[in-house]
Amino acid sequence: MQSALSLSFSPTSLPLANRPLCSSNAAPSSTPRNLRFCGLRREAFGFSPSKQLTSCLFQIQSRRIEVSAAASSSAGNGAPSKSFDYDLIIIGAGVGGHGAALHAVEKGLKTAIIEGDVVGGTCVNRGCVPSKALLAVSGRMRELQNEHHMKAFGLQVSAAGYDRQGVADHASNLATKIRNNLTNSMKALGVDILTGFGAVLGPQKVKYGDNIITGKDIIIATGSVPFVPKGIEVDGKTVITSDHALKLESVPDWIAIVGSGYIGLEFSDVYTALGSEVTFIEALDQLMPGFDPEISKLAQRVLINPRKIDYHTGVFASKITPAKDGKPVMIELIDAKTKEPKDTLEVDAALIATGRAPFTNGLGLENINVVTQRGFIPVDERMRVIDGNGKLVPHLYCIGDANGKMMLAHAASAQGISVVEQVTGRDHVLNHLSIPAACFTHPEISMVGLTEPQAREKAEKEGFKVSIAKTSFKANTKALAENEGEGLAKMIYRPDNGEILGVHIFGLHAADLIHEASNAIALGTRIQDIKLAVHAHPTLSEVVDELFKAAKVDSPASVTAQSVKVAV
Amino acid sequence: MSRLLQTPFLPSVSLPTKTRSSVTGFRVKPRIIPIQAKIREIFMPALSSTMTEGKIVSWVKSEGDKLNKGESVVVVESDKADMDVETFYDGYLAAIMVEEGGVAPVGSAIALLAETEDEIADAKAKASGGGGGDSQAPPTAAIEAPVAVDKRIAAPPVAVKAVAASAVHPASEGGKRIVASPYAKKLAKELKVELAGLVGSGPMGRIVAKDVEAVAAGGGVQAAVAVKEVVAAPGVELGSVVPFTTMQGAVSRNMVESLAVPTFRVGYTITTDALDALYKKIKSKGVTMTALLAKATALALAKHPVVNSSCRDGNSFVYNSSINVAVAVAIDGGLITPVLQNADKVDIYSLSRKWKELVDKARAKQLQPQEYNTGTFTLSNLGMFGVDRFDAILPPGTGAIMAVGASQPSVVATKDGRIGMKNQMQVNVTADHRVIYGADLAQFLQTLASIIEDPKDLTF
Repeated sequence: MQSALSLSFSPTSLPLANRPLCSSNAAPSSTPRNLRFCGLRREAFGFSPSKQLTSCLFQIQSRRIEVSAAASSSAGNGAPSKSFDYDLIIIGAGVGGHGAALHAVEKGLKTAIIEGDVVGGTCVNRGCVPSKALLAVSGRMRELQNEHHMKAFGLQVSAAGYDRQGVADHASNLATKIRNNLTNSMKALGVDILTGFGAVLGPQKVKYGDNIITGKDIIIATGSVPFVPKGIEVDGKTVITSDHALKLESVPDWIAIVGSGYIGLEFSDVYTALGSEVTFIEALDQLMPGFDPEISKLAQRVLINPRKIDYHTGVFASKITPAKDGKPVMIELIDAKTKEPKDTLEVDAALIATGRAPFTNGLGLENINVVTQRGFIPVDERMRVIDGNGKLVPHLYCIGDANGKMMLAHAASAQGISVVEQVTGRDHVLNHLSIPAACFTHPEISMVGLTEPQAREKAEKEGFKVSIAKTSFKANTKALAENEGEGLAKMIYRPDNGEILGVHIFGLHAADLIHEASNAIALGTRIQDIKLAVHAHPTLSEVVDELFKAAKVDSPASVTAQSVKVAV
Repeated sequence: MSRLLQTPFLPSVSLPTKTRSSVTGFRVKPRIIPIQAKIREIFMPALSSTMTEGKIVSWVKSEGDKLNKGESVVVVESDKADMDVETFYDGYLAAIMVEEGGVAPVGSAIALLAETEDEIADAKAKASGGGGGDSQAPPTAAIEAPVAVDKRIAAPPVAVKAVAASAVHPASEGGKRIVASPYAKKLAKELKVELAGLVGSGPMGRIVAKDVEAVAAGGGVQAAVAVKEVVAAPGVELGSVVPFTTMQGAVSRNMVESLAVPTFRVGYTITTDALDALYKKIKSKGVTMTALLAKATALALAKHPVVNSSCRDGNSFVYNSSINVAVAVAIDGGLITPVLQNADKVDIYSLSRKWKELVDKARAKQLQPQEYNTGTFTLSNLGMFGVDRFDAILPPGTGAIMAVGASQPSVVATKDGRIGMKNQMQVNVTADHRVIYGADLAQFLQTLASIIEDPKDLTF
């Protein structure tokens, strides 16, 4: 539940291939070898007398001496990694930073990760993770409350109820567990977890708290915070953001959700399952604007219309005041285009789900002449930071929500891995069109690549034909066995060469089904080849299988993918 | 508007339901159009198991277009999805009977398909002749009553207009703006309830779903019991002569008809301590007293099939194959009799759920005919009003009806000479003596009493 729908696809989607090392900017690689040392040092300095409290900080105290020594030589480009404290410093221990750190250790880099708050970042503490816990509850509630559905199974369930605190605890327990897992996985590998707010002091130099360290390469992975438009007063009780909502401190009778993207949709699923009524406020002319139009139309029919939800589209919430003095939450709506006042709503609570804003203030970007754009740090397709003059800042990368390319936890992690690949001598450009996205409503929505309008626009420009294949969950045995035949899978592809341009799924476990398509896009697998692959029967994956088989491609299957005949 | 009566008696004429009380837009009733071989109807298809009506999203073809078998003709929105509907025959789309945006029940004709171009005109004539909506005179006498009922119900112009607002939402600018929750708005649209002027019972006077439901239930009944209210309601001209409405006429006919049935009554006093204790124990599982009584009655009926029989022609009678207990429910002065089908076979928990569902449906006026006219035995309980005994008139077409009074603490002398207090209720069965004799009823009541006094079988 981490993303606003600002999916800015990089226009140059290079096919993934092992390209020769790009010499221009990537620093000459020198593979560090002191990985083990990193873990040992902790104990070595553990006894040093210091006024600092944590053992973690002891190291830093003592390392400072090294820093001053290193600083003098750090001016020389291509200095051996020995002259730096670390091969890689990552600012921000969210999912992006974590993914980068793990991969860096695997590649033999001496790695530090700086975290000013709690390990895990938004996703683990205030995003995807706790929201999945709430959605797991809402899914079950929905099922138990659906008498018709239960009856169709021959099941009898008497009135289903829930305990709010129990639900909230499930979410916070899950977040704690995942946070510990994340922390432990980094500790086990010997990543130094440094506590404090990190800032860039200069090239290859980072400050956190009162400490200064140097690193051969630096990754900014500071993530984002909920975006609250001006005029909206958040009090954390009746006017809330996803940060508060995930604690589930109350279940209001009537809650307005500002924004109908992933975050808003998922929360509408949670709240309506727990008995709230929901009003969506969407600035664009239709709900769920980021999705493929056909999918959002169907999703609206299933996720919005039959539920206790109404909506206002084409309006901004220009002013929201929290409930106080016995008055309800007041929401003033203005027309999104004319700015004329349109309506006033009085509700019990309002959830602001208008997307997320990059968390890049105080990062010391001015020290390296980097100018943010609406808070986002400009980067090229290799996540290299671009400064105010349009030049690349050497050895500095930015991944995840802070660069705004694709605000998804797994995208941040993939970007981090891509950066580590580059700094360890293997050029790598991440194909964002192969990164799947999912919305965990009931049923789920998932997608990868282009939507139909995007694909048609691209086809027009580049002069190729686009075809659409569709399959329904109604025809899938497993879905019918689950009494969940509602759903659609849709593939947009090139009939001439069998390239998959986009896949969109709405239906049971759609989020788990998308990866066959996203992997195919990432690996450049063509439909005529993948359609020969076999799927277990009966499984939901046959929905995607049917999709591949329904496509009409002119090119024959490639020789390598032809079934290899093996005597059994 | 299923079976709204102001007496606890059931008419034998089966009144087909009409699920919505007023008609706007393009809602189309099933029409009977004489079918000629060469002009076919295109029906509203059932696109899902739960679909009862469909909305025409768009006509892919227009009138006069040639259709080939298998071609998409119309896009229909069901409760679940938009679906293309194909034609099964070649021909010409002669007449569209439900326009885009219109709603039609499953199975009703939405267009006519002519086999040749020449027949398009014929088909059009039929469509306009057969169409015309609700005020159209019905083609057969058999459904005269329901249509008349429809008219009757549609007649009060604002059947569901609410009482003037007394509590006004602070933000509603003195009632100028309507503050209603999303679900309330949805329900209001569905039940055709006007929100303006409605008094909300939600926080700060907000209109919530139950306000709308209350108005819908009250308003619907209002139409049916208007005459009864004449007596008490102020503002009605006292001493004026009010002609029967069609529905009242039907009730009147039925009551007179019931005089042709030789009925007799047998009463019994049943101790309910054990039943009360059981109820207390399983109440939390959603079990209702109504369901318990219906269950007990059904179990007793199973042992005495003759009491569950019916005599219609005076020459023969039928042992009904299933035990369907109809239960009279008073809703705002009216009466609805939903039927618990196979009450002897369904377990008490399902029966309770079914009962809740039926009552909800009844309030929303969405009972289907088989949900109110398949009763083989009727229960009428006025105990909740403190009535200790009464007798009921037998609904024609059934064998017996049982009037249930309140269960009250009574002083009881036991055979061993002691005096104690027990909860007791009186039941009084009215039966058709052509087929059910005194001994039958007596034995039935004895069985019933033993079941209620030792209710362990109710929860098997």
